[in-house]
Amino acid sequence: MTALAVAPVDENVSPPAPRILVFSTNNISDPGIDLAGSAHLHYSPGVRVISLPCTSGIRPSWILHAIKEGFEGVFIASDGDECAYLPDCAKRASRIMAEAQTMLKAEGIAPQRLKMAAICSVCAENFAKHMNGFTEALLALRAAGTK
Amino acid sequence: MSEHEQDPALAPASAGRGGAEDAPRAHLDVREQAPESANEGMRRPSEGRDAAARRIGVYVCHCGGNISDYVDVQAVVDAVKGEPGVIVARTTMFACSDAGQQQMEQDIAEQNLDGLVVASCSPKLHVVTFRGVAKRSGMNPYEYSQANIREQCSWTHTDDHEGATRKAIGLVRGVIARTRLTEALDPLVVETTQKALIIGGGVTGLRAAIGMADIGLGVFLVEREPELGGWVGKFGPMFPHEREGRELIAHLVEEVRKRPAIKIFAGAEVVSKAGSFGNYQVGIRVSADPPETISAEVGSIVVATGFDSYQPAEGESGTGLDGVITLPEFKDVIDNSKDNLRYNGRPVRSLAYIYCVGSRQPDGNQYCSRFCCSATAHISIKVSELDPKVRQYHLYRDIRTYGNFELLYTEARKQGAVYVKFPDDAPPVISVDKSGGLAVTVRDLLSGDEELEIPVDLVVLVTGMVPRKNEEMVGILKLPLGRDGFFNEIHPKLRPVETMVDGVLIAGACQGPKCSAESVASGLAAVTQSASVLKKGFAELDPLVATVDPDACTWCGKCLTACPYGAIAQLSLNGREVATISEAGCKGCGGCVPMCPENAIDLRGYTDGQITAMIDGLLQEAMA
Repeated sequence: MTALAVAPVDENVSPPAPRILVFSTNNISDPGIDLAGSAHLHYSPGVRVISLPCTSGIRPSWILHAIKEGFEGVFIASDGDECAYLPDCAKRASRIMAEAQTMLKAEGIAPQRLKMAAICSVCAENFAKHMNGFTEALLALRAAGTK
Repeated sequence: MSEHEQDPALAPASAGRGGAEDAPRAHLDVREQAPESANEGMRRPSEGRDAAARRIGVYVCHCGGNISDYVDVQAVVDAVKGEPGVIVARTTMFACSDAGQQQMEQDIAEQNLDGLVVASCSPKLHVVTFRGVAKRSGMNPYEYSQANIREQCSWTHTDDHEGATRKAIGLVRGVIARTRLTEALDPLVVETTQKALIIGGGVTGLRAAIGMADIGLGVFLVEREPELGGWVGKFGPMFPHEREGRELIAHLVEEVRKRPAIKIFAGAEVVSKAGSFGNYQVGIRVSADPPETISAEVGSIVVATGFDSYQPAEGESGTGLDGVITLPEFKDVIDNSKDNLRYNGRPVRSLAYIYCVGSRQPDGNQYCSRFCCSATAHISIKVSELDPKVRQYHLYRDIRTYGNFELLYTEARKQGAVYVKFPDDAPPVISVDKSGGLAVTVRDLLSGDEELEIPVDLVVLVTGMVPRKNEEMVGILKLPLGRDGFFNEIHPKLRPVETMVDGVLIAGACQGPKCSAESVASGLAAVTQSASVLKKGFAELDPLVATVDPDACTWCGKCLTACPYGAIAQLSLNGREVATISEAGCKGCGGCVPMCPENAIDLRGYTDGQITAMIDGLLQEAMA
């Protein structure tokens, strides 16, 4: 296990890959994201995951905070209809999305920076696909100079 | 409230974890004056503790090379060792090994650590392990956090070592930031029902039921079919013990019936599940006229619903031709043959086994069913015993008669069976020859790749196991499925019968292909796992429930309607109306958190402060 040579990072240069914050859930989407790793599916290392018990527990303010602090996009890997806690989880998640979008709009932030999709516990390929697509979309926003 | 709980919450900034006497009075007032029932749902003002005064140990795992082949773990340690509150930062070859755990225990004791971060695999595997390390060393287990730098970093960025290393640094910094704000918590203790529900009355379920009863647990045994016994109940002699499956099941059923602790429901199905680990309420629909639904209280649920046999499509490897049958169909023929081998009244003088039909297919079932090579060697020996003159051709891709089953393979060959290895991409072709008989064309890899045409009377397609269709039950129990469609255990070695759903265990071939001995072993593992919790009479649950800051709450009532579990109630406190949350009733989903317009609700372990700090930390990926 030799140490890998890693080039020094210039703090002032943006990393090439957009940083994406993913909100996953402990029992549904996080196992799906783990499975993507177990299957060695590749997506951008700009992706960082915070796992919560349930999608319905996400505060919209966390989304705004993440984007203001440097994440170029936020992806909610939601429970969809599989939530073990709340039968109306998908509806609640939509409400959280809507509230967050209102907050982003007030700051002049592009709505495309927030995405949501249901990711199940075996949705490994689906997740990797979403991450690759979202990375591309965020790069396009960056190229267009969109806030 | 225990002293332990109050201690960190009330500690002054300079004194780390001690010194409750200097605590801010406002918090004490609220907590002292709140009625006992309300106290539990109140927020602990732990975030008042000076985060920088924490004493955190950080361990970055090589996981052999699973992490360190792609992530420079030393660079991660170098980057985070100067972080505020980090007292110890080390790499470790295997954090979960005895040596790894002992190192952490030693550091916690010697350095008086009050927070622990392990950067390793998915928390699903080792939260229990590392909370145990904390507990054994006198640290509160909820002061431990895990960063997933394997499944969500090294393994998915094998193509970008620098990116993976930078990401790992961000992930670890994020978790350190969160750990600075952890608080000591006590697990919730719930009484457990000393009964188990076993779904499936095959060999696994029957043996597990006997095990449960003998260890002192009550059992509800539910079987969908009118008869107990499953697959094994239909079998004649089985490997490796040569006992008849039918006799084996008859014996187990007799033993089950001897035990009054086991209540049998045949021709019944589980139709509902409510409650939580230790105290599930299940509905069992019994076929009767009219059908009746019985309610049962159980502490754990063991799913032993078995498998289906792969059924080839019409035309697949000759399926549909007269004389082409599957392995279970041939097993039935053999089990019911007395003097000679006949199929459909015709004598069988030669037969070919085609291996891996429906298994290890790039576009179909990709997995190997494991048992079929041994089962076919065993059946070949049975054919030879019946009539040694029958010519048997085993056309295989690879022979996987693992362990002692290798002896069956040797014995089958001794009896004269011919094994022919064909290429993966050129399976044998079954056709009807001019005389109306079957012919198998195959390339023999081990004899110069020659093409052979073998006329045979019977073709046996060696089919494997596939997941049984149980959509209704999967929905009720919320069982996670693996990519192969079988039920998923948390970890095949470390937690082989546990699922993501606490107290719902899986055993036997419903979690993947197994022979009967392996199925029974996993059934007994589920017994032990159930007993280890239920026999104590209580279970410890995570106290990661929602709490209310009564100072911020204005009792608008929005949280009340947000909770379908009725865990939130109104409380008069110091002349004000505020919300209170019952620890026992809260499921810890956090659904009420974003509903509060005053941001007065937090979920323990996922507080506003912790998540915000983590978001900030995740972005800090600069190297040392």
